[in-house]
Amino acid sequence: MDTELMLKVYPFFLQAAGLTIVLSVLTALLGLVCGALGAAARLSRFVILRFLGAAYVSVFRGTPALIQLFILYFGGPQIGIQLDAFQAGVIGLGVNAGAYMAETIRGAIIAVDRGQTEAARTLGLSRWQAMARVVLPQAARLMVRPLGVNLNMLIKATALVAAISVVELTYTAQRYIGSTYKPFEMFLLAGVLYMAIIYVTGRGVAWLDRRVRIH
Amino acid sequence: MGLDFSIVPKYLDILLLGVAWTVGITLAAALLSFVGGILFALVALYGPWLLRQPFRLVSWVFMGTPLLLQLFLIYFGLVQIGIDLPAFVAGSIGLGLHFAVYNSELIQAAILAVDRGQMEAARTLGLSRGQALRKVVVPQAVRAVIPPIGNNMIALLKDSALVSVIGVSELTLSAQRVIGKTYRPFEFYLAAAAFYYVINLCMEWVQRKIERRISVSR
Repeated sequence: MDTELMLKVYPFFLQAAGLTIVLSVLTALLGLVCGALGAAARLSRFVILRFLGAAYVSVFRGTPALIQLFILYFGGPQIGIQLDAFQAGVIGLGVNAGAYMAETIRGAIIAVDRGQTEAARTLGLSRWQAMARVVLPQAARLMVRPLGVNLNMLIKATALVAAISVVELTYTAQRYIGSTYKPFEMFLLAGVLYMAIIYVTGRGVAWLDRRVRIH
Repeated sequence: MGLDFSIVPKYLDILLLGVAWTVGITLAAALLSFVGGILFALVALYGPWLLRQPFRLVSWVFMGTPLLLQLFLIYFGLVQIGIDLPAFVAGSIGLGLHFAVYNSELIQAAILAVDRGQMEAARTLGLSRGQALRKVVVPQAVRAVIPPIGNNMIALLKDSALVSVIGVSELTLSAQRVIGKTYRPFEFYLAAAAFYYVINLCMEWVQRKIERRISVSR
């Protein structure tokens, strides 16, 4: 193993890991927004919204994220959407992650006992009040852990933007593999950083899960 | 530049060839991930300590890093140690190993969930430990994990798009090649997405059939 080379290039990997973290955070935020909207649409009283929500989830979960990214980044200019690679990466991955999160959020809301809504309505709360004050606070507790799984997948999925030349961890590893012919060393550098990010995030999710479980 | 989908049928043959390769690599990798998943699960549960520990490390690494990075490692790493595999083989191995690790987790949980009494009864009837595992415990566990493994296989289909970056001429790379000639990325990536979506629907249909069959025979 070429440790000398690894010591020489690791600052570039650290910098790239920073970008991977920024990408992950922005993607997760956009994913949560899209996921909440998607779940709300799928649980809506209106058939059209339910259909749109179901179509969003089905199409974005039913096709590869890489293709979605390519349509947005390479195909976007044809329909008047000009984005740089970073913007396309965040939007493409965020909307994709949102489709998965929508199912997680919907699942948590459905898992809250129906009796809770009925009791709240009986006590005179409106549909919205019952949702906002009774169901959602309980559902939020249930969704921390599965959203953590979504987050884990999303962090790994940020590697896809390497294919549109965003200089994050995987792109950096790919470039150094090409220039140094040391695939194992470069994999080790990038891999350790990915696992560190995923480990810390996982611990954070576990901590949050414990926190919200104590009433 | 506006959209013009009328150009798509002209290149349908290239795209369909891509579909065939996508289905091929998905099947090859799925088979590898299924067999590998069972082997990995058995090693993780019953293997000797010396085998179990490094194995645990490897599966931890596979689950903690992106598939794309693993594909680069496998493709270029094998070249570095003098094994120059065709991209299709390297891609199948990369995809297959990645999902074998995920399948192994499911199978381990399922094996542990098979009642202990099954193993004890098999041993009492004179089967060796290996026979009891092979003929009694593993078949029951495999049946229990078919639905979640089906979900993994659908994920595998979508992730098969990643092998385009190491040069496997599957659907994504075929679309890229056509775009290189026509400069119409929107139309052809959308066409590729439609093909993926249809394959996906077919897989979901097969999955439902299989699930219905195993739930009947239970």
